[in-house]
Formats: sequence, C-alpha cells, structure tokens
Amino acid sequence: MLNLAMERASETKDFKPGKWQSEINVRDFIQKNYTVYEGDASFLAEPTKATVKLWQKCCELLKEEHDKGGVLDMDTKIVSSITSHGAGYIDKELETIVGLQTDAPLKRSMQPFGGIRMAETACKSYGYEVDPEISEIFTKYRKTHNQGVFDVYTPEMKAARHSAIITGLPDAYGRGRIIGDYRRVALYGIDRLIEDKQEQFKSLEGEMTPERIQLREEITDQISALKDMKKLGQIYGFDISQPAKNAKEAIQWLYFGYLSAIKEQNGAAMSIGRTSTFLDIYIERDLRNGVITEEQAQEMIDHFIMKLRLVKFARTPEYNELFSGDPTWVTESIGGMGIDGRPLVTKNSFRYLHTLENLGTAPEPNLTVLWSTRLPRGFKEYCAKISIATSSVQYENDDLMRVTHGDDYAIACCVSSMVIGKEMQFFGARANLAKCLLYAINGGVDERLKEQIGPKYRPITSEYLDFDEVMEKYEDMMEWLAGLYVNTLNVIHYMHDKYCYEKAQMALHDRDVKRYFATGIAGLSVVADSLSAIKFAKVKTIRDENGIVVDYEVEGDFPKYGNNDDRVDQLAVNLVKSFMEKIRKHYTYRNSIPTMSILTITSNVVYGKKTGNTPDGRKMGIPLAPGANPMHGRDTNGAVASLASVAKLPFEDAQDGISNTFSIIPDALGKDEIFMGDLTIDLDCGCCSDNLN
Amino acid sequence: MTEELFGNIHSIETLGTVDGPGIRFVVFMQGCPMRCLYCHNPDSWSMSQNKLMTADEILKKYDGVKEFLRNGGLTLTGGEPLVQIDFVTELFKKAKIKNIHTALDTSGIVFNKDNISKFDELIKYTDLVLLDIKHIDDKQHRKLTGFSNKNVLDFAQYLSNKNIPVWIRHVVVPEITDIEIYLEELGKFLSSLNNIKALDILPYHNMAEIKYKNMGIDYPLKGTPQLTKQEAIKAREIILKAYKENRYKRDETK
Repeated sequence: MLNLAMERASETKDFKPGKWQSEINVRDFIQKNYTVYEGDASFLAEPTKATVKLWQKCCELLKEEHDKGGVLDMDTKIVSSITSHGAGYIDKELETIVGLQTDAPLKRSMQPFGGIRMAETACKSYGYEVDPEISEIFTKYRKTHNQGVFDVYTPEMKAARHSAIITGLPDAYGRGRIIGDYRRVALYGIDRLIEDKQEQFKSLEGEMTPERIQLREEITDQISALKDMKKLGQIYGFDISQPAKNAKEAIQWLYFGYLSAIKEQNGAAMSIGRTSTFLDIYIERDLRNGVITEEQAQEMIDHFIMKLRLVKFARTPEYNELFSGDPTWVTESIGGMGIDGRPLVTKNSFRYLHTLENLGTAPEPNLTVLWSTRLPRGFKEYCAKISIATSSVQYENDDLMRVTHGDDYAIACCVSSMVIGKEMQFFGARANLAKCLLYAINGGVDERLKEQIGPKYRPITSEYLDFDEVMEKYEDMMEWLAGLYVNTLNVIHYMHDKYCYEKAQMALHDRDVKRYFATGIAGLSVVADSLSAIKFAKVKTIRDENGIVVDYEVEGDFPKYGNNDDRVDQLAVNLVKSFMEKIRKHYTYRNSIPTMSILTITSNVVYGKKTGNTPDGRKMGIPLAPGANPMHGRDTNGAVASLASVAKLPFEDAQDGISNTFSIIPDALGKDEIFMGDLTIDLDCGCCSDNLN
Repeated sequence: MTEELFGNIHSIETLGTVDGPGIRFVVFMQGCPMRCLYCHNPDSWSMSQNKLMTADEILKKYDGVKEFLRNGGLTLTGGEPLVQIDFVTELFKKAKIKNIHTALDTSGIVFNKDNISKFDELIKYTDLVLLDIKHIDDKQHRKLTGFSNKNVLDFAQYLSNKNIPVWIRHVVVPEITDIEIYLEELGKFLSSLNNIKALDILPYHNMAEIKYKNMGIDYPLKGTPQLTKQEAIKAREIILKAYKENRYKRDETK
C-alpha cells in the first residue's frame, strides 16, 4: 500500500502526509491539511461574466419548466444508470464544472428500479408515457423494489399503510438518506478505490453465511459502479482514475461521484455531504501557487453549486403534495468544530454561502451550517448576514451532534446526521402517534375508515376519559404499532437492498458501515396536549351510532405543550422515551441501530387530513404540528418558552433528529440602522466633537 | 414582606429582541392611564384585573428559559408598569439578587417630583430605563396622550441626576411628531441630560388597527400614513444633530 501511495505522490506532493496515504481516510487528509479561516467576508469575489450568463440560462430553463407545469422534459426510453446518457451541457463553453443527470438540463431521468408504477405515474401526470417495452421489462422480467415489498407485506401491514397510521413509507421509491463520500473520488482517484474494494472482497472468504454472501455481492456491485464512474468521466472527456491534480479537478471528480449517485438513485433525499473544507485544501494550494485567482475559485464553486441547483427527479403529484414541492434535499454541511478545538471553517465555507449572493437565493442545495458557539466571529456574522438577506440557510447544532459523530459527519435530508463514508441510514418515514391514541380509545378501529385496523383490544366505554385507563391502553397500542412498524421497515429495506441497491453511494463507503434504522413519529404535540387535556381538564367522548368515539368535548383548561410547562412537557418527553423503547425491542434489518426522528416538515399537513378529531380539541383534517412543534397558536409565552419545551425532548431517544419549524418576521429579531446603539452617542459627542464641523 | 404582592399581568413574551439589549424576557403589565393616539397595545389599557402573578412566579418562568437570555435580561413594559410601582420594585429587587439585567420601559407619566421616595427605591434595582417621550411639546403631548408631559420630562431629569442609563424611545408619526422643530427641540432637551445611551426611533405603523377593530373601538389615526424608513432615518438625524450641537455648546461653556 505504501508503495502505491508513493507512486501517486506527485499529485499530492504539497500535502502533509498522514494515514490518509496508506488507507482510505478523508478525515485524516482534511485534518492534516486544511487552513482555518478566521477573517471576514471581504475577500469574496463577485460572479464572473460567465457565471452570470450561465445562471441566466439556467433561470430561463427553470422558468420554462415552471411554465410547463413543473417538468421541462422527461426521459421515457432510457433507464437511467451511471453511463446511460451521453454528455449534456448547459453551455459547454461557459461551464467550468460539467455533467448532467441526462443529456440535457432539467430533463428528468427514468429510474424504475424502485418501482415501475411510480415511474409510469410520474410520466403520465406530466403528459409523457414510459416506453411500453420498458414497462414490460420491469413488469415481466425484472422485479422492482416495490414489487418485492408487496410480495411479502402481511395483510396487517397493508391495512396500516392504507389507514395511514404508518405513512410515507419508501416502498415505491428510492429511500435515499445515504451520503457517499464523494470526496474520495477526488482524493484517491477511482483506481485506488477499486483496489481497496477488491481487497475488501478478498477479505470476505471462508464461511459463507447469508450476510457474507450479501456483502460479497454488494462489493462486486460497488466495483462495477466505480468502473462506471470512470466511464462517466470519459463521457465528459476526463480520466478520473487518478487523484485530482488541482482544485478544478477536485471539484469535478467529486461532482462525478455525486452525479453517479443521482443517475443511479432517485432517493427522497440525495445529500452531498461535507465538501467545502475538503475542497478548500485544493483551492488554497492553487491560490498559493498562483495557479488560480479568487475570482476563478469562486467561479468554480458557483458553477458547482449551479449544478446542484439543477438536480431533479421524476416524481408524482402525490409525492410533491407530501413534501410541499419538489425537494431533492441536496444537503451540504458547512462549518462545525473539529474535535481538536479548531473550527472547520475555511474560506470555502464562505464561498459556498456566497453563492446565495452571486446566484441569488435558492432552496437547493440545502446549505446547512453546523453551528457551534465557538465558530469564528467573522463566519457567524457572515452567516447572519446571508440569512437575513436570503432566508436560505439551515442551522444545526454541531455542539450536540459532534459528541456522537465526531467532526466528519454530515446531514442527510434535513436533520439526519451520519459519519461520512462510515455510517448510513435506512430511512423509515413515520408512525402517526396521534392516530395510535385514537386506536387505543376505539380498540383498534380506525376513526375515519371505521374499519378494524389495529388489534381488537378492549375499547374505552366510559363517557369521560380517565387518564390512567387511556395511558394503559395507549401503551399497549403503541407496543403493537412499534412492532408492526419495525417489521414493515424490515421488509422494505430487505427488498431495497435486493432490488434497488445503492451501489454507487455504497462504493464510497467503508466495508463495514454502521447502519441506522431510522424510524419517525408524527403527532407528538397533539398527543401531549390530548393527554394533558385528559389529565388536567375533563374530556367527554362523543360516539357515533356504532359506539365509536368520533369527537371529544374538552371541559376546562389544560397545560399545553410549548409553554415550558413541565406538567405537559413531561408527557411529551415520556412519549418519546416510551415509543423508542418499544422500537428497540425488535429485530432490525442487518442489525442496524434503531433511531427515531420527530421531524415532519411538510408532510404533517397530509397526516392531519388522515387523522380524526383528537381529545385536545383538534378537529379532523387540521394539520398536525410539524415535527416537535407545539400545535399552532397554543404556545402563548413567546418563542423562547416554546423552544424550551421542545429542548426537553431527549436527543438520545430521538437521535435521528428533532425539528422545530419556526418563522419570525425580520423586524421581530432586532433593530436595524434606525436604532442608534449604545456607544455611538457617547462617542459622537462631548470630547470628540470635531466631526461636527 | 408581610403580604405577598401580585402583579396584574397582560402577557409574557420570552423572545423579546426589541426591548433592551440581547434576548429579553418581556413582561407586559396590564393597565395604562394614557390613551396615546398611536398606541399599539390598546388591549393593555384596562386597569381591571387580568392575570395575577407574584414576582417569584415570574422569576421561576424566567429561570426556565434563562439559557436563552444570557446576554439579555428582564424587561417590564405594558401598559404602564409604573402604575404598579410597588410590584415592579419588588420584582426588580428579586431579579437583581439573581443577577438578572433589569430594564423598565415606561412613559414616566406617573412620576411626581415632589414624592420620589418610591422612585428612589425602584432605581436601586433598575439597570436601564427605556423612556418613551411621546411628544416634546406640552400642548401637543396633551393632544396625543391626554396628559401634560411635565412628569415625563421631570422623570428624565431625575434619571439624569441619578445617573441611571436611559434609552430614549420616540415614536415618529407623520404630521404629529415628524415635524422638524419638535424633533430639534427633543434633541435639544436630550442634550441637557447626562445619561442617554441610545436613541431608539420607532417609525409609526398601523398594524394595530386590526386590534382596535376587534375591540370595537375607532382607530384614532385612521388614514395617517406609516413612516417610511428614509423618513425615520431623517428624523433620527435631526434629533441627533440638535443633540450634538447643544452638547457641544454646553461643553464649550463649561
């Protein structure tokens, strides 16, 4: 291995040596070589003419797409793969970083491995038709993930899906939430990565257990994906078999890695990782050697980010409704602190954020600042400035996540943290705990469908709800739900691995990855308030002709979640703990580590439509609160009290993330220049009055 | 303390960012004698009982969110908090024991320079006063608020003498206070004080109109345009110019 490293040293000779040379270890490379930047934003460059012109073209295309009803063009004949399409450009002459998902910008690729029906429906809704031959192949000859899942689902699983007590399941589309370590392509070149994978393959001989057979097959698939990546480079005229020699190549190589992933998978979230500080090492070197200017550095980053803005997938209108739009969750994690105490902020962290100024605001890529109180002040100020100007930056608590994940993790989707190249997640949508409470009251009968969906436990028959009785039944019903939910996900991930394996992304992972089994819950605040109403006020049941409770009357007031009131906040805390404990009791596919999220951001609206009246007084159809938010309008002590309630939820039981969606008008965040702050008056008058004249 | 004091509270805002330095825990006190034409909290006028809380109860709530308030503190506003001066004093006194930064947002209207013992006690525990000067001209002040501004200006002078840091707040309303001579006069008055740390111009807005409508009362400034940002900046400059010129003169003659 050392010899190989020596041979290749020419590309990397100015870099400080380390373990990264003898093993695949991007973090070590970053730690040894990055340059912390603690200054302000004054070094940043304006967009170049080429950038302005190129982005103008993109804007026209995006407008055209919008005017055409959301889709510009769709591929109906070619099944997308890493090498399926010839080269595509926005404007070849202007682009410093190249590569598109298909042969034309915004033309959506066809990805039937997750499910042919989904691909067909997506096409049909926008006036396209999948080539009948493709439909035939993926119905008759090639099984899809979706088909596999439905071949195995139990009647109970289908019923729970139908009633939406378990919902949003990735059983007909790509599960996503896996981040390849795309930086490896730039640092090592494909050949070295293939050698590494071949060694992994060799290391897995001997006893052929199903697990080992599966892993061997996967590594073979990964190697073929790596070979395809090399071909993808060739399609665009690049040889990516060797390490990147300069900043431009580093960005391009890295992007080819990512492009391979999105050509091969249409996962719900296709996040890119934590690339800015890694790339800064190459940019710094080129700047130092006088090979590029700051303008050119910014131009390459602008063009790279532009590509990420054009990432699109063919989706159905129902899918878009669930996610309120057409998100791709190309999340890039920026900043954070190193475990040695040095900030991981570089000039390139600024350049990424600066794209929001150079290209204007955009929801994608989802630029996410890993926030620490110890980040350099200049960077904090720039973040604040960009946030104020663009409302397009997401922040997450690095101080909290670094404890678990160290300093080379990234966010997949909106909040799921994972160590890059070492950890991955099985995305598992969510269970509706509000509906589960109604099942507990009605003995498993769905309040909306009036069908027996859950187990036929004894329902509550009293007129007024008794807290202890409800809790006992609720615990039982949650026990059932957790089991059913975990087992449904076991089926889904088994089949996804079998029929829709993410070979490109997993090729950019270690051999033995830590897998998280991500579950999620919806309706936390509705349940907390409902239980609080039952406990502290009086809740009367209203039944239909068949004795099913269909509505509730609350008599008296009760503490509401979101006001920093422990009486109800503890109910929410216990709920999170209790459901997570129940999840943990079950076998999880590939011995993955179960986690839970409380993070619906938009889908809570759809879940609300499918959940009947609840004992907190919420009416059928009213949206559940997003994520861990208090119910709309019930937090009456201001934002900090509301946040304090949310902050009580235990991260160790909701490790996949807790979200609190919170909007505020800019004026409510503080004063602008009309306000004359403290010192100005003192300094402007009295002794130093010269400036008056 | 022989008997527990209760404050009559309108509401609490835990993310106050415009009523003093840092993020602040803002307590809106119920009740105000003034009826300022532009008042944006008419729901806090009534002196009748709303929500009663003790100082300890409020500070307990404060403790619950204090992590967020590290660079901020406690602000009392209203309504007119000094209508309940005994309670305010007790609350601030207890807050200071906990080392909480205290700010009082007041119009000063209830000040009486011939009876200052309660104020002497209050300011022992007050780190900052946000003093709302509604109008510098007495006649106009009466028109705008229903009261003379004499107590307000006396209070400003009193705070200056006691050297309590003050932020001046001034709502600038087209045709009422956005008039050059009044702005200059205000600047001149401020220059006679020694404790002004900041000038906070509040541009008039009509967002409260809906509140009046919901309460079934006529909105007194119907039709008055909102103050633009440019006008606000200009008003601030006029006040500051007068302030500086007169400060300069004063220092020259020392």
